[in-house]
Amino acid sequence: MRIFKHPILDFPKKKVIHFQFDGVEFSGVEGDTIASALYANGIKKLSESVERHRARGLYCAIGNCSSCYMTVDHIPNIKTCVTPLSEGMIVESQIGKGVIR
Amino acid sequence: MTNKELIIVGGGPAGLAAAYTAAQTGCHVLLIDRNPQMGGQLIKQTHKFFGSEKQFAKTRGLNIAKKLISDVETCSDRIEIICDATVVGLYADQVVNVLHNEKYYKYHFDALIIATGAGEKMLAFENNDLPGIYGAGAVQTLMNLYGVLPGQNIVMVGSGNIGLIVSYQLIQAGVHVKALLEAAPKIGGYKVHASKLRRLGVDILTQTTIQRAIGNGCVNQIETIELDDSWKPIKGTEKLIDVDAVCIAVGLSPLYQLLAMGGAELKYVPELGGMVPIVDGLHQTTINNIFVAGDVAGVEEASSAIVEGYLSGLAAAAKIGYQQPDYQKSIADYQQQLKNLRSGPFGAKIRAGLKKVEAKTNA
Ligand SMILES: Cc1cc2nc3c(=O)[nH]c(=O)nc-3n(C[C@H](O)[C@H](O)[C@H](O)COP(=O)(O)OP(=O)(O)OC[C@H]3O[C@@H](n4cnc5c(N)ncnc54)[C@H](O)[C@@H]3O)c2cc1C
Repeated sequence: MRIFKHPILDFPKKKVIHFQFDGVEFSGVEGDTIASALYANGIKKLSESVERHRARGLYCAIGNCSSCYMTVDHIPNIKTCVTPLSEGMIVESQIGKGVIR
Repeated sequence: MTNKELIIVGGGPAGLAAAYTAAQTGCHVLLIDRNPQMGGQLIKQTHKFFGSEKQFAKTRGLNIAKKLISDVETCSDRIEIICDATVVGLYADQVVNVLHNEKYYKYHFDALIIATGAGEKMLAFENNDLPGIYGAGAVQTLMNLYGVLPGQNIVMVGSGNIGLIVSYQLIQAGVHVKALLEAAPKIGGYKVHASKLRRLGVDILTQTTIQRAIGNGCVNQIETIELDDSWKPIKGTEKLIDVDAVCIAVGLSPLYQLLAMGGAELKYVPELGGMVPIVDGLHQTTINNIFVAGDVAGVEEASSAIVEGYLSGLAAAAKIGYQQPDYQKSIADYQQQLKNLRSGPFGAKIRAGLKKVEAKTNA
């Protein structure tokens, strides 16, 4: 969910950015990180823990905690909470430690 | 390898302030931050700051950041800025390693100021790793920077100033704050903030904590429990609350990792949030020419981070030959400002903590 009305901050309409998440088309806006775009679309599970496959979401949002690692454009372990979203990105849930191609 | 006179790691209030005073002496500065923009935690703080006039009280955090950044920009001939760059290594021969655009760069420095700030603490309870459970800073980032709501029904855990302020910001953004939990018998933060929340109808539950989160793939309920005077859970007081988000505001701990890698002497000081460097009166660590400023030296506030920045910027520049005629006077003035900021009952914890990390011989 996005904020449209706020007593202090302005959230003007921004350019739409299209991306893919696990094969499905989604959109975010300019200024989004990958994770903020997914959360705005109601997607909160970003990855799984390596051994027990427990769901992982955003925790710190500043690139510290490693809870948001995903595979982006076929590169694993991208910190999606601090990586800007860009047009045509292919974002995938990451299984385990990811595969470096 | 390029040589730099003074490198500053972190462009939060502390790093920005340090860059400014150092550049004023004629010193050349390289300021590095891993974020796409400078300003550190301040850029998402929409509330008006507390503190004294000299440290921008009554100004909104994000406007303080703007002011500090524009100060730095006036010295652009002496301050070089690299954003989106993470300092990943600090070596004994006065070298830092920087990761920028998927490449590593090495810089040699004459002096270094580490102003990396602090990171969010976690709380132990069942299923604390479910998506929808966030640190308070993350909630603030998501809302105030990206305009995205963390959820619609939230419980806040922790009633320090951060927990209180972020609860208020959540309400401003249209989120229902269902309860604010505090394990201690009393609210941790300022009364003014708590009263604001009470007036808005937020349930502030003291001597209560979160026992477990429930949900499949995302939190949708939590169980709270009351605590007795010795902090033990009281059986039979469990309650369930429906939520789609939980915000954990149990404090921050210093990002000391670079200091540890460089071999600076560190000490565990709970009053300051965790592992902190031993420093002298000029904020120099036990490694010659390596200084610290801001939350990394002990979790406090932006106000003190700024003054520590001004002080360490001057001190580091002086150490490598850029000493101003009025140096002693300026340093004494900053030291006095810090003392004032830490006076009074709310500064007691910080004062006790700082006593433990003062190096015996003050430079
Ligand atoms: C919700 C909330 C409300 C607050 N309210 C107030 C208030 O009302 N008044 C007040 O005085 N204070 C307040 N504070 C505290 C204040 O924000 C912090 O004390 C202050 O930001 C600390 O400044 P800093 O420069 O030390 O760290 P930060 O602001 O955290 O900046 C550190 C910077 O270093 C960068 N960095 C870290 N590691 C690296 C690395 N390895 N390489 C490159 N860059 C790196 C980070 O990206 C960041 O930009 C509040 C904090 C929060 C979370």
